[in-house]
Amino acid sequence: MNRTALQGIRVADFSWLWAGSYATGLLALMGAEVIKIESMTAVDQTRVMSFTIGKAFEGVESSYVFNAINLNKLSVKLNLKKPQAIDLAKRIVQVSDIVAENMRPGTMERLGLGYNVLRAVKPDIIMLSSSAFGGKGPQRAYGGYAPSFACASGLANLTGYRDRTPNPMTGSTDLMAAITGAFSLIMALNYKQKTGLGQYIDLSSVESQAILAGDAIMDYLMNGRVQYRDGNRDRIMAPHNCYRCRGDDKWVSIAISAPEEWNSFCEILGNPLWTRDGKFADAYERWKHQEELDKLVTAWTINYTHYEVTDMLQKAGVAAMPSLSNEEIVNDPHFKHRGVTTTVEHPVMGKVVVFGVPWQFSKTPAKITKAAPVMGESNDYVFRELLGLPSDEISRLVDEEVIH
Amino acid sequence: MTDKALSHLNVIELCTLVSGPYCTKLLADFGAEVIKIEPPGIGDCARRRGPFLHDIPAHELSGLFLHLNTNKLSITLDVTTETGKGILKELIKQADIFIEDNPPRVMEKQGLTYNDLERLNPRLVMTSITPFGQTGPYRDYKAYELNSHHAGGEGYLLPIHSDDPDREPVKPGGIVGDCACGLSAAMATLTAVYFMVETGIGQHIDVSKQDVLMSLVQHHVCTFTNLGEVHHRLGKGFLMVLPMECQDGYIIITVVTDREWRSLVECMGNPSWALDEKFLSWANRHWYSDEINPRVQAWVRQFKKEELFHKLQAKGVAAVPVNTAEDLAQSAQLKERGFFADIDHALAGTLRYPTVAYQFSRTPWTAMRPAPLLGQHNELVYCGRLGFSKDQLTKLRETGVI
Repeated sequence: MNRTALQGIRVADFSWLWAGSYATGLLALMGAEVIKIESMTAVDQTRVMSFTIGKAFEGVESSYVFNAINLNKLSVKLNLKKPQAIDLAKRIVQVSDIVAENMRPGTMERLGLGYNVLRAVKPDIIMLSSSAFGGKGPQRAYGGYAPSFACASGLANLTGYRDRTPNPMTGSTDLMAAITGAFSLIMALNYKQKTGLGQYIDLSSVESQAILAGDAIMDYLMNGRVQYRDGNRDRIMAPHNCYRCRGDDKWVSIAISAPEEWNSFCEILGNPLWTRDGKFADAYERWKHQEELDKLVTAWTINYTHYEVTDMLQKAGVAAMPSLSNEEIVNDPHFKHRGVTTTVEHPVMGKVVVFGVPWQFSKTPAKITKAAPVMGESNDYVFRELLGLPSDEISRLVDEEVIH
Repeated sequence: MTDKALSHLNVIELCTLVSGPYCTKLLADFGAEVIKIEPPGIGDCARRRGPFLHDIPAHELSGLFLHLNTNKLSITLDVTTETGKGILKELIKQADIFIEDNPPRVMEKQGLTYNDLERLNPRLVMTSITPFGQTGPYRDYKAYELNSHHAGGEGYLLPIHSDDPDREPVKPGGIVGDCACGLSAAMATLTAVYFMVETGIGQHIDVSKQDVLMSLVQHHVCTFTNLGEVHHRLGKGFLMVLPMECQDGYIIITVVTDREWRSLVECMGNPSWALDEKFLSWANRHWYSDEINPRVQAWVRQFKKEELFHKLQAKGVAAVPVNTAEDLAQSAQLKERGFFADIDHALAGTLRYPTVAYQFSRTPWTAMRPAPLLGQHNELVYCGRLGFSKDQLTKLRETGVI
């Protein structure tokens, strides 16, 4: 079958940064036509730098970070400071199913592109506004980046070593907010399919993270207990940690829950005497004495590579995996088999390796059809073909810095 | 009564613990009818995992289970029996969506693969959520959330900006990873459902938790593939990456743009060190972060976290406190948005729950029912849907099928 799941769905994409761009980027991977509306007068920061990765890029077309989260998209230039650009933006919305944006709450309204205006232009439009704290409430105007979401949501408090500061994680929080946005859009799309009705979605990135730690929130709401970070520790499992292996900064994660798993584990170790110590007799004792247990486990793992330990334990039905670096992931045989990276040809950067799609659809595989767009590369398609503007008017709008 | 976005969808869930149940919860919360299939007698493992209400470890009082299963129905069914398998297939025949999280080998042995089920229901959307997916050398490997995080690449990078190379890499806290996998699976599922309603064609979705978690650190993966740089958790040369200490907790101040930097400097009262021109570009601020970080920290220490949060945000600086669950429960912002809701449960009583991050104008989240008791909807489903008599229901129970 040569169809994509969201074929025929068009998105007017006013979003930027990771949390916004990746939400519509996911729809693009599944076949939606996503038109990124951008301008040299307000450049998507990920085109020029990534503070999470610590990179600054030359110009606006050499960011492999921007490329990764904007695959398959089209791009038009519209300088939204000009009234004529607002009119053109509305005309794009008129032929779209979805609008997505993640500017500060109130910005779209100020531009004359708020939901009420767009609904008048396209009555069944679905619109997603994604912001740090959400579009209503006393903190609606507050801003934030990925680390802010990790901290405000409670995740940072739960991540890291017990005796160190809370840890804001990698930029993954931004991408989790983006998946949440994409999910909410597809849910609205299913509802529209059923009823013909569009709607407005107000998403809080902070809440999109908070809800992922629902168990910790429940503990407080039920018992008044506040949970804190504690490394890799689990509330009942032990061993449940990363153990140092042979080599430079190599670690293996091991998690043991059921009694059979513990017995297999002991067998692989050759049933050393300590495994029969009363301190490790059952799950409760092991949990209570886990610090001592961790030292004993490390004394074994340190003799092997993290892959050797994984191989031995998995064969015995024990959950173990190396803690993989970005380099090791790429060279891992399973990763290679799953084929989650692919190479795209970018008009400026040339060949760029990108991460593909994390799910395999049996009949409508999500596909990477092109690199992220060069800014304005779809001006002709969108303004002339889609909106029917004559070429001389397009030239005039370029001269007047509307298409800019 | 408000309209429900997904009230036209019937879902069968054969899952335990977090990822699968969170995936179907996301659908149940917006009106899909989710029938959760649990092993007779013991039910979903999450029922035996805390936190428990008042620390009483009863299987109807697990906060984890109560949270992950709102708005669902529960039936008990031993799908390893022939009769049980037959009943499951009957249910799948009538369903739109089947979500499962069993080891691939088990589903093959039971004759419950997509190829088996597609024949019964060509419109079926089936999603399998497993640690490593349905294919590849690790497909039969076992992994708990800990292992998935470390196999997915984020574990190795945490805690970011660590100062001790001898300490172990750690996973993100709580059940974040499993929930993220459930969320990603729910998005993929609804996409396939959209296509199914358009075309009448169902399909199978293979969700590997490792793939999903890797996608969340894809920029690190791509930094290696494109630049050959290996990333690790030991930190150096980053500007204010870690939360800073206040009088009563922590705050993180993320300064990216030059405007944000100027605002922060102004808020600090324009100290002479901060006016140095060398700090005027993002790249330089990173370069000189060892000079900047301790000075900002010294300034931050004189404030309470909420006070500094509002003070800096008012000037356009992305300062955010490190919240605990208690802070969230008391947040005026979350309250105003309706992030928490009270739900009444027959045994757990009325509890407050976190709800959803998205406010839909037309189809808002509502609590229709609390998490189900084990097998609470046996009669409704077996007699009401499948046409069993009460007598047959009793027999099924006596023989241990349900």
